[in-house]
Amino acid sequence: MTTTESNDVEAAEVVVDPNAVSVTINGKQFTARKGDLIIKAAENAGAYIPHFCYHDRMSSVGMCRMCLVEVDTGRGPQLMPSCMFPVAPGMVVETESPASKAAQEGIIELLLANHPLDCPVCDKGGECPLQDQSFSHGPGESRYIEEKRHYEKPIAVSELVLLDRERCILCDRCTRFADEVAGDALIQFTSRGNTTQVATFPDEPFSSYFSGNTVQICPVGALTAKPYRFKARPWDLQEAESTCTTCSVGCRTAVQSSRDELLRYQGVDSDPVNWGWLCDKGRFSFEGVKSDDRLTTPLVRTANGHESTSWNSANAGAVRMITDAIAAGGASSVAVLGGARGSNEDAFAWARLAHDVIGTPNVSAQLGDGLPVGVLGMNRATIDQASSAATIILLAPDLKEELPVLYLRLRDAAVKNRSRIIEFAPKATGLTRYAWRTVFYEPGTQADAVSATLAQPEIAAQLAKGEVVIVAGRANLAESSAGTTAALLALSAALPEAKVLPALRRGNVVGAISVGMRRGKGGLDSTGILNAAAAGKIECLILVGADPIADVPDADLARRALAGARRIIAVDTFITDSSRLADVVFPAAAYAEKAGTTTNIEGRVTTLAHKVTVTGTSRPDWMVAAELAQLLGTDLGFGCVDDVTAAIAAAVDGFEEVTAEALEAAANGVLAGVASFDAIATPTVVLGDRNSYNFRLVVSRKLYDQAVGTAHSPSLAKLAAGGAVFVHPLDIARIGSAIGADVKVSTPKATIVLSLAADDSVQRGTAWVPFNQTGAKIGELIDAAAAVTDVRIESL
Amino acid sequence: MSRLTEDNVRVAHEIISRYPRPRSATIPLLHLAQQQDGYVTNDAIRHIGELVGATSAEVLGTATFYEMFKFEPVGKYLVNICRTMSCALMGGEELMHHAEHRLGIKAGSTTPDGMFTLEHAECQAACTEAPTLQVNYRYRFRVTPETFDALIDDLAAGRLDSEIPAHGTVARIRQHIPAERGVGAVPPEDATNAPSWMTVAEAPK
Ligand code: SF4
Ligand code: SF4
Ligand code: FES
Repeated sequence: MTTTESNDVEAAEVVVDPNAVSVTINGKQFTARKGDLIIKAAENAGAYIPHFCYHDRMSSVGMCRMCLVEVDTGRGPQLMPSCMFPVAPGMVVETESPASKAAQEGIIELLLANHPLDCPVCDKGGECPLQDQSFSHGPGESRYIEEKRHYEKPIAVSELVLLDRERCILCDRCTRFADEVAGDALIQFTSRGNTTQVATFPDEPFSSYFSGNTVQICPVGALTAKPYRFKARPWDLQEAESTCTTCSVGCRTAVQSSRDELLRYQGVDSDPVNWGWLCDKGRFSFEGVKSDDRLTTPLVRTANGHESTSWNSANAGAVRMITDAIAAGGASSVAVLGGARGSNEDAFAWARLAHDVIGTPNVSAQLGDGLPVGVLGMNRATIDQASSAATIILLAPDLKEELPVLYLRLRDAAVKNRSRIIEFAPKATGLTRYAWRTVFYEPGTQADAVSATLAQPEIAAQLAKGEVVIVAGRANLAESSAGTTAALLALSAALPEAKVLPALRRGNVVGAISVGMRRGKGGLDSTGILNAAAAGKIECLILVGADPIADVPDADLARRALAGARRIIAVDTFITDSSRLADVVFPAAAYAEKAGTTTNIEGRVTTLAHKVTVTGTSRPDWMVAAELAQLLGTDLGFGCVDDVTAAIAAAVDGFEEVTAEALEAAANGVLAGVASFDAIATPTVVLGDRNSYNFRLVVSRKLYDQAVGTAHSPSLAKLAAGGAVFVHPLDIARIGSAIGADVKVSTPKATIVLSLAADDSVQRGTAWVPFNQTGAKIGELIDAAAAVTDVRIESL
Repeated sequence: MSRLTEDNVRVAHEIISRYPRPRSATIPLLHLAQQQDGYVTNDAIRHIGELVGATSAEVLGTATFYEMFKFEPVGKYLVNICRTMSCALMGGEELMHHAEHRLGIKAGSTTPDGMFTLEHAECQAACTEAPTLQVNYRYRFRVTPETFDALIDDLAAGRLDSEIPAHGTVARIRQHIPAERGVGAVPPEDATNAPSWMTVAEAPK
């Protein structure tokens, strides 16, 4: 509608908002939104209604009756649970009338009839809704004198979560979360009646990837997380808002510490991203930050192995290695891998050092397990757009394992019937049970699967229904990126309007690539760098928070690359398989030990909090880069992290709006613009002869593996399942072995021994091995040069 | 501990097919499991979860609501003696004392030979016939110590086998509804026609 001066009269006409509902709350007129629950409308009107079971992100169940208030819908005032009824025009709500107050006091008295009131020894004391509301809305005294109930204290509902049943007020939040949000209905009310209690089935623990959320939303101290139980009192905690960088969903968190020690991460509700949820890996990974194994000083390699040294001598050593390398092989004989684990500032400083100071084009933030960077130049979708699109096409890894909270968002879209999911996958994933269609393909043939599927009239009809978002990432580490890239190009050619959400995994991979940790003109990608190093063409390999030996799918290539690089400089938080081989190791500041910004898969930039003092003498990556640049003769002008943030806004395409002021002002971060990248070239997928190698290999990550952050978080480390080779139950006979037996898995290149397991989510003729698990050196069989990996499985 | 037998899996599928959603068959399948083993085993719960597409915890949560599902072995005969008002006035308590002596067990337990489990029950809705008891939910009215002893003797000797099946059997005859006579398992939201047994008046114009 255009408004010109001549039709001012029209514009002044009152526009009736069809979604406005006029109600009276505590005597004041208030305009609520249609569909708002009374409790929500009252809150928006500034009238807090006490509640326990109601949760904004879950359906209302009316379990606790704490939210009873007097409501007059024209038939006289009556008590109604305000979490169960939406506002209606003309409603009169009294949240503080004598009747409302009496009801609330009565409910508190009833809830406390059996509640132990052991607040002094309860972890929740101090931040407990039951405690708080007993004070604010309770009668102050109880008429009950009977013995309260007793239960065995506590029972473990999972490896991470404990339950003290006598404290439970049966609000159904944890059980509702498990069923409705996580889709893991492993805890339930049992023995309903006088002895109702939350329980798991015997020997089937609440092993959900999202179990920690139940602890956060429990309105009493019934559920506690083992890593935090009896660790602190809430009033001793200090907190700062930050963003989880364990994966690239970028969930908003509150980082909490006491006496300079990290103690807990809580989810913060960021509407466009995590809705308050965290996965357990992100939530409990703080243990790794305070691990005793953290590096505290720089290390240099001597005849006796690594020895501690000063920053000055480590810097001098590193600078010598870089200048020597440039002298011996030119600038391009220096290569930099990594950056995806740090902040935007870390990546930007390293990109400046690599590209502008050293002058090498050989830079990559991925480790042979990503996609061509051009995927970031495609029409980018936000998480909100993905979870409200009519059709979501998954050409991605198992999101439940790799980007857990994105899984929650997309699951929600499917369960609430907003979206239909069309999934292309080599084996069933966490989202398969919610997908409208799942097309299983044999690795390497995904482009064919895509074209065949798009040709079906039913699919075409679905795709024509509205927005389409493609979630694109690597579902299989045992094949090159070619198959997926070809399929993605086929999809985007057929659906030019479709948006793309990159499902790349490492915390800040999108940020790192965007701010410059990518190959320059004529430069090599990560596999190219590793090949060059293996061929002895890299004089100095710099690893910025990268552990190629553990993370590059082709283990042999990674090993040969690190052996072939003349010098290795590593910036890392731990000694890893790769940093162990470095000539100089700089100790890096970890998450919560440094400020900065991070970028999630959508390109949303949010702030990271510096909450605790760094471990030992470690420094943020950006500072290491700035110092080396200085010593190499260039002042990058980075005196503090804010300088780097400002420099990114000034220099990086798409980051113009991402200024300190904008980040300060925006609660949910700032979406960076999509920069232009070279279009992705169509790869050719050459599938060789299979001969007797009759199982095509699928290798993918589980949430918990031997990755360094998980391995150093004791609570998480024990959740890693361990390795095995999984085949379809009907293929067991073909192998001539039995479930649980050790079998030989071989390619022409290598043979490893794994135990055999059956899994009907694996397609016939394929074999699935989880990546980076103890006892499964599957990387030995993966060849980065081959399009796919075919293996033979034989009994020993 | 046992899962449903092959025959019972067949019955289970038939039961499931009667409902628009498999989960709706949870309770009939719990009865089937209790009929098979005399009580509901953990393995059966897991199996039912697989059959109806629910987690074991969900099946357990549903099953434990119902007093009539037992999760530990009970005797072949479950004897419930009413203790609510009318029966209490008419000698229900004394009857329970007598039963405890006669069977040598306290209410809530099972005889060592696995024949009898004794339980208190609340109103059995037969107050005019107080005191009452049920054996595997089959009534006995105006029970005296003497008739109680005779009942136990008859049960132990197998003389009542034709009337009272072992615990868990709700009915000896299972209904088989041929597919063509079934109502048809259509979820309410997909139903286009009214079920055959309903006549629907034309909506007023
Ligand atoms: S354990 Fe906590 S969240 Fe779960 S029902 Fe009890 S009070 Fe509610
Ligand atoms: S989904 Fe990713 S960003 Fe969110 S809590 Fe888990 S690891 Fe952290
Ligand atoms: S908050 Fe409304 S009933 Fe619990």
